[in-house]
Amino acid sequence: MTHAYTPGLRLADKLQIRKDRNLPLPGDVIVNKGDMVKSDDIVARTNLPGKVHSVNVINRLAILPNDLRKNMLKKEGDSVVKDEPIAETSPFIKMFKSICLSPITGVIESISDITGQVLLREPPKPVQISAYIDGRVVETIENEGVVIEANATFIQGIFGIGGETTGELQVIVNSPDDIVKPEDIKEEHRGKIIAGGSIIYFDAIIKALDTGVKGIVVGGIRDKDINELLGYDLGVAITGSEDINITIIITEGFGQIRMAQKTFDMLKHREGSVASINGATQIRAGVVRPEIIVPYNEEDTAGELAEEISTESNESAGISIGDQVRIIRNPNFGVLGKVKNLPSELQTIETEAKARVLEVEFPDGRTAIVPRANIEAIEG
Amino acid sequence: MIENLNVIVATDCGSTTTKAILIEKKGAEYRQTFRGEAPTTVEAPFEDVTRGVLNAFAELEELSGRKILDGEKVITPAQGDTGVDIYISTSSAGGGLQMMVAGAVKTMSAQSAQKAALGAGAIVMDVIASNDKRLPHEKIERIRDLRPDMILLSGGTDGGTVSHVVELAEFIGAANPRPRLGMTFQLPVIYAGNKEAQGRVSDVLKTKTALRITDNLRPLLESENLGPARQEIQNLFLEHVMAHAPGYKNLMAWTGIPIMPTPGAVGEIIQTAARKDNINVVGVDIGGATTDVFSVFDGVFNRTVSANFGMSYSISNVIAETGIENIMKWLPFEIEEADIRNRIKNKMIRPTTIPQLLEDLILEHAIAREALRLSFVQHKALAVGLKGVQKQKDISESFDRAAEKETLIEMNRLDLIVGSGGVLSHAPRRSQAMMMMIDAFQPQGVTMIAVDSIFMMPHLGVLSTINEKAATEVFEKDCLIYLGPCISLTNSGKYGSQCLDCVITYPDGKKQEESLLFGEIKVFALREGEKAEVEVTPARQFDLGEGKGQKITEEVTGGVVGLVIDARGRPLDLDGSKGKESMDKVLSKWNRAFDAYPE
Repeated sequence: MTHAYTPGLRLADKLQIRKDRNLPLPGDVIVNKGDMVKSDDIVARTNLPGKVHSVNVINRLAILPNDLRKNMLKKEGDSVVKDEPIAETSPFIKMFKSICLSPITGVIESISDITGQVLLREPPKPVQISAYIDGRVVETIENEGVVIEANATFIQGIFGIGGETTGELQVIVNSPDDIVKPEDIKEEHRGKIIAGGSIIYFDAIIKALDTGVKGIVVGGIRDKDINELLGYDLGVAITGSEDINITIIITEGFGQIRMAQKTFDMLKHREGSVASINGATQIRAGVVRPEIIVPYNEEDTAGELAEEISTESNESAGISIGDQVRIIRNPNFGVLGKVKNLPSELQTIETEAKARVLEVEFPDGRTAIVPRANIEAIEG
Repeated sequence: MIENLNVIVATDCGSTTTKAILIEKKGAEYRQTFRGEAPTTVEAPFEDVTRGVLNAFAELEELSGRKILDGEKVITPAQGDTGVDIYISTSSAGGGLQMMVAGAVKTMSAQSAQKAALGAGAIVMDVIASNDKRLPHEKIERIRDLRPDMILLSGGTDGGTVSHVVELAEFIGAANPRPRLGMTFQLPVIYAGNKEAQGRVSDVLKTKTALRITDNLRPLLESENLGPARQEIQNLFLEHVMAHAPGYKNLMAWTGIPIMPTPGAVGEIIQTAARKDNINVVGVDIGGATTDVFSVFDGVFNRTVSANFGMSYSISNVIAETGIENIMKWLPFEIEEADIRNRIKNKMIRPTTIPQLLEDLILEHAIAREALRLSFVQHKALAVGLKGVQKQKDISESFDRAAEKETLIEMNRLDLIVGSGGVLSHAPRRSQAMMMMIDAFQPQGVTMIAVDSIFMMPHLGVLSTINEKAATEVFEKDCLIYLGPCISLTNSGKYGSQCLDCVITYPDGKKQEESLLFGEIKVFALREGEKAEVEVTPARQFDLGEGKGQKITEEVTGGVVGLVIDARGRPLDLDGSKGKESMDKVLSKWNRAFDAYPE
């Protein structure tokens, strides 16, 4: 057996990216195939149905369900404004008249003569979808959305919080080992996406928020600091919708972990360009990892061939002797090395579990036996 | 019942792995003979569940020498070393069956609906009830946002409330919910409420949803009738959910009987086992994302799923729910809280890694104890008798009445606990699994503890629906590994006080006598299948289930770990300040008693 199947994160200096930009409900696509778009351009829009409110009219008017319709002033589909009468009784003596007012501005959705309930719906809420990345519209799907294509630097993170945002990329430390400190974050970083080294602590995150930084890309973070930032313990790993005014992507893991040199070099190389990042992470079947996309100008890459995005899952790439790997569990968590040996027989590890292992050689010549489940491939 | 089955192949298509087993009739008895597995292929790039099934079959063929496939077709019937008599399967791939239930009263029809859905193998995403204190628009938003696979609507006894049920139907109609899979199809809704509201509910929902009407699941306050609703759920699971999942149309054509949701099948085998020996059973399956608990008490079956308690994807949620201090109390060594938090999150983001350091293994076992404990607490809260029975009260009274706390799970009448899932089945030492289960479930009196050897309960569950004999034989001989009986106190006392004396008489007449102080736990040699008579006499303030100071005498059968006598009291208290020793020393002593970890 010379192969091991291990997860790995995608990392490419130039990749042909295709992004689906779909509406949550059918609507209008407002760009055409072939158009060049900027990340914040609107490409499609629709209206989400408004909130539904219910009013129990028979209780309000003290009438029977069967009498509801004859007391209604409005019928299904009629528009109403807030505090407009929607039903009233017509008693013999007028001072005993009861009136039921609309709690909202909207339309009458339904009138039930079983429950006496009238459902009203607020006006639809417009929703717009932006292009998210600078690129070209290569496909439009009528009423649904578009596909944007761009040649871009593409880096997958391991975990993130916060949704889509864009900004100029700026590396603010000198080495992937460096800690991002509050004093590294300056006024000039307002509206930018800053990238750093091995870890950022809570005080520096707050400084970034106060400064108006749009995103942070860093090797590691402490769970304790995320907890403090969100105000709650992050339970299930489904993120991206946090309301925190900043997007944070970690590339390596929790704790202080040196950012992979290749990732750092790539970010440094694209410094000054506009990056589109998304912290959304889902660790379930159908995994979603956070992403950093830095498109190239089409003119800059004219005539060059970008690597096509692989349709094969890179999470099933094989590992062979000589491959670069990273250890992703204690001991030696985060350390890089080369595969020296891939023994096929099961070996007993410290916990006494029998596992398939491999031998890793570190740059200083030391070697270690590591369960194959505890390494990931480093591309390149 | 299908007779004349000599060779059976069964698969369970899980979220991550498809597991295939071969069951063969050897002489007069059925045995599980070979096992193969392969990654599940429901997600991109394959998006066809049958790829994973074929790969798992290929491994089975390689190991067994039996030719199962002719190209991509299962060969039936078996002849010599070729083919199988039937292929059966369960599935939880693609997130399993996700449902929302609605009922008029939270602790009555809504709870019965929840039980019906859980029993059929679903994850219940939310329970909507007329009295759940949410405003109508909040309920409507929730129904629209959740996008379940189907909705079960109940409410009202036959002849009871109509308006509450129709109101719920109106909310569902206003939400106009879309199913999770198959965007162009209408959402299946099952109505199993007051039969007198059927027409009205149909008027509201028939054009907006794929409505099915079945018998009322709570026709009287005093009785539930969950069978028809469960059956309808499983039918719709096949017709709508499975039919829209990638590759399942082909898979459904291959199987000899309908595919069952995995937890529904596990429930079947637990019920079959309980029925056969007339015992009370609790089963648990702790996975990466969810923990399922099943129980059969006096023939009454209950299942719950704790959707966000698990050992990889959901590991972080266990900490969020129980609090980090409840994890740390199980650790017999010093470690910083920030360090634990980072380790747990790193497991969450890289869920396929395995502990390499002993310290990491002990940490995972600590988290498993809490995940199991919390899931069992949730189970006990749902496994209750029917609300609204015995007392004369009208529906409005029930609205304000808090849930009664009486659970059906009486720990000192529990005969067997079966554990399943990686952290239990694959613990490096079996004693670790036994400790985790005793600490989490805290059995009382005499209880046998067992684990599922290689996770074949789903396969046996679906098999039990066509051949109960084959399923129970394999369950007892190959599936269960008996760890041993546990004899425990039912009450608490003063640390270090004289607690109990025991005499174990082995079949050869040899006797072993021992005294235990309160707070101690001991393991005695008693091999798998070996029987011994145990006489335990508690001190006058202690109770083993027969009353304070009352002696118990039982014949017990051993297991791979041995016979455990647990004098730590119930509920188990890990507050070290009550004893003379620090808690980490006490934990180390308990671990040594089980020889649980290498020194």
